[in-house]
Amino acid sequence: MISQHTDSTGTYASVHFKSRAHDKLNDAKVQRAMRNFNLAAARSRAVAEVDNFEDLRTAAAAIRDRSLADLDVWLERFEREATRRGTKVHWAETHDDINRIVIEIAKAASVRKVIKSKSMVSEESHLNAALEGAGMQVVETDLGEYIIQLAGETPSHIIAPAIHKTRDDVADLFHEHHKTPRKQSISELTMEARKFLREHFLSADMGISGSNFLIAETGSTFIVTNEGNGRMTTTMPRVHVAITGIEKVVPTLEDVSALMRVLARSATGQSISNYISVNTGPKQPGDADGPEEMHVIIVDAGRSQLIGSDMQEALRCIRCGACMNHCPVYQNIGGHAYGWVYPGPIGSVLTPNYIGLQNALDLPNAATLCNQCGVVCPVRIPLPDLMRKLREKQVDRGLRPKSERFALKMWAWAAARPGIYSLFTRIAARVGKSMGGSGGLIHKLPGGGAGWTQDRDMPAPGGKTFRELYANRPSKGGGGR
Amino acid sequence: MSSREAILSRIRKARGVAAEPTGAEQARIEAHLRARPISTRPSLEWNPLERFREQCVRMSSTVDGVATMSEVPAAVARYLSSAKLPMQAVAWPGIAALDWSASGVAVEGRPAGGDDLVGITGVHLAIAETGTLMFLSSPTTYAATSLLPETHIAVVPVGVIVPAMEEAWDRTRRETGDLPRAVNFVSGPSRTADIEGQLQIGAHGPFRVHVIVVGA
Repeated sequence: MISQHTDSTGTYASVHFKSRAHDKLNDAKVQRAMRNFNLAAARSRAVAEVDNFEDLRTAAAAIRDRSLADLDVWLERFEREATRRGTKVHWAETHDDINRIVIEIAKAASVRKVIKSKSMVSEESHLNAALEGAGMQVVETDLGEYIIQLAGETPSHIIAPAIHKTRDDVADLFHEHHKTPRKQSISELTMEARKFLREHFLSADMGISGSNFLIAETGSTFIVTNEGNGRMTTTMPRVHVAITGIEKVVPTLEDVSALMRVLARSATGQSISNYISVNTGPKQPGDADGPEEMHVIIVDAGRSQLIGSDMQEALRCIRCGACMNHCPVYQNIGGHAYGWVYPGPIGSVLTPNYIGLQNALDLPNAATLCNQCGVVCPVRIPLPDLMRKLREKQVDRGLRPKSERFALKMWAWAAARPGIYSLFTRIAARVGKSMGGSGGLIHKLPGGGAGWTQDRDMPAPGGKTFRELYANRPSKGGGGR
Repeated sequence: MSSREAILSRIRKARGVAAEPTGAEQARIEAHLRARPISTRPSLEWNPLERFREQCVRMSSTVDGVATMSEVPAAVARYLSSAKLPMQAVAWPGIAALDWSASGVAVEGRPAGGDDLVGITGVHLAIAETGTLMFLSSPTTYAATSLLPETHIAVVPVGVIVPAMEEAWDRTRRETGDLPRAVNFVSGPSRTADIEGQLQIGAHGPFRVHVIVVGA
């Protein structure tokens, strides 16, 4: 299938990370929009308000690990409780299965219009295109998702999907699609979206949402939003379908309460999100509102292969976005450069695991390993370690480019021969010094180093190698230290 | 093999355990479900009522207080007129049954539609830690009343304020057994920052949440 994540030959966009990142760095609009990012500061204020945030992170990681340790048993318990309460539970092995199941549910219920709260899993499966192909109208209702749906794009951030757009972009889109006078301010644009989406909420047949968590104890979905679209989606239409990954199951309501304390603070710097909807089964006799049918689709699509592997910690993720909000690489290139659904550090780990390491070669390398992501992750996923492991796998499987492998081989050959190594480094230290001139700075490196000096100077070496300096060090009287 | 069996058996294989869950695994999850341990929490050393009022304001709600339920209609009228809002509302039946005759507010006890501007509800419980209102669905506690109108007024008897979400779950389990279809938590008015990261109040839900604490 051709999509925004693959081209006509089925090649993944994530393969082209380097050229995509380069384009984004030179895209003045993206660069301007990325300066609007302020979530890292909000997080740091919010975590300072509690006396023991580091302990809360440790506890949250332990709760996620408990789920993953007995994952299938917790999923079966969730299924049993959800079924007892009248929810229909479906299992999807692949992305195609997700789309097939949703279309079957929709057709059986004669659905014509679908409203969607946010669902990143449905971005993985390109559900909107599949539903439209089956003759249904699909409307995204998260404001950011709605904007990018109108623009025909994909989210560039998991909780701020349209952060790459400016208010002028949004004004143009609304003017074009709503056929209304062009609005100037963000508040007018928000009100216009409210008005248009309200009509869709009240007229839709089916609501599709993700589920931040599944509660095994009660068989409930647990949906967190600030706009209220999650509540709308689970309250107004006559059919509700929640789609989520196998890893999202959490044992008890007490456990999910602890996760909420770190989720909202890490995501938007709030002590709690404005709306949490905990839904257990369809409308009950006499209820004034609620759906007549409730479905939950539990999705594998590559997740189970992380269980028991050296990548399992990535499944703790609760999708707060803090890792991308603190990533110097993400902050400069935005989410689209990563080419698949999940950008930033967690995307650099999940994408190669879900679509294949060979289809996302540069992603584990799209990081300085500065560990900002690891320090802020609310469930303590060791993101730099996982990226390093993926880099090792690339080398082990011979997936790195020929030139890189050749260069490393040459280096290894030389490094194992002290005489030759010493000769090379002595030449390099002297040539480097002469290139630096009187200022001691190299403005332009030759060959593969040219990119490094494109935007900065490199300090020139002093002209002698460390080993030369060490051999010639002034002797300390008495010696023998 | 069905997708269900395929996924579950893949997980079990990946975990390196036998094809079917053992008694020990079942016992482990049963023990956790019975104990339902409360995880590490921040310090909750505050007065719940004071904390609730303060956190409501923090989440951009407004807060008022009255001594008895019979004073609620006058408090609602005061709020609506000072905010220059229509003196007309839809409410849960229990709230509509109060004596509104002297208040000047026309109150109808029916579910809210898309055009109703003011919705008045009670709450099931309220959470002090975060200034959160908790609603349970039922034939008489319409979810739409706290969702569709631009202004939502919630009547919170002081006795329903609990310290944190864990206490809310514990009390709900004891009072209702199974959870109802919908448990909704609301913390202040609806908001979005999806355009240029700038906070806007009033995305899809109410623009205003006004909390009236009763019996403080």
